[in-house]
Amino acid sequence: MLTGFFGGALIGLAATVYWLATGRTAGVSGIVDGALREREVRGQRLAFLAGLVAVGLLAAVVGSPAGASPYPTAVLVVAGVLVGFGTRLGGGCTSGHGVCGISRFSIASIVATLTFIAAGAVTVAIATRLFAAAAGS
Amino acid sequence: MSRKTIGTLVAGALFGAGLVVSGMTDPRNVIGFLDFSGHWNPRLVAVMAGAVVVYAGMLRLLGPIVRGIRPLPARNNRVDARLVAGAAVFGVGWGLSGYCPGPAIVSLGSGAHSALAFVAAMIVGILAAGAFSGRRRSGCETP
Repeated sequence: MLTGFFGGALIGLAATVYWLATGRTAGVSGIVDGALREREVRGQRLAFLAGLVAVGLLAAVVGSPAGASPYPTAVLVVAGVLVGFGTRLGGGCTSGHGVCGISRFSIASIVATLTFIAAGAVTVAIATRLFAAAAGS
Repeated sequence: MSRKTIGTLVAGALFGAGLVVSGMTDPRNVIGFLDFSGHWNPRLVAVMAGAVVVYAGMLRLLGPIVRGIRPLPARNNRVDARLVAGAAVFGVGWGLSGYCPGPAIVSLGSGAHSALAFVAAMIVGILAAGAFSGRRRSGCETP
């Protein structure tokens, strides 16, 4: 739990650096969207994403690679489309609404965060019964 | 590289380090958090708390100093069907994978095959939402 809080603090620091550098809130889904579709900010958005990928690579090199999802690939593809579509429709993901929005006491972000946690919980409750193997947590 | 680009690169590396240190790049920690009926894993709450405490504190501390140079966009307090529907669709995908955008992209660097499939599909979803809405909306940037 302590490593969770410390890791979270690093994320808060990252959001602060991002804000000081760009004047924007650090929402990862919005950053990916900007990298894909907004030519004028593409470089800085890609730099942020490169930082994420580089750390993942470094973690794998020092021996703590990211864990794999317990779901089959076909399910992950469906999930990926839903996450991409839903975050852009709802204007944010765990970082944009969950961290940045809540830090700024945005009502929209609080509602969005409660909604995606509730939807995720219902989904996991159903999915763990459908994919018995996926319940290993 | 411009100063902005260096700043966002540093921010991305810090963000990724936070996700790795906190264990959020392991989808099982996320699924465990969402599994209220099973062995509930409260780790994500600690991560959110740490992030919110630091970011909210920094905004309050540094906001008045850098006001004028670095104001944040207006806060979004509008709750509409689009916000709730989008968040619900995201939540279903989150529960079906254990990935949200940040951890999935970090996992890409670790070479996790599940992340590769997920991120490719996520890009399709983002582009589909752009085509669906027909107009650019910088929502995630301005919660």
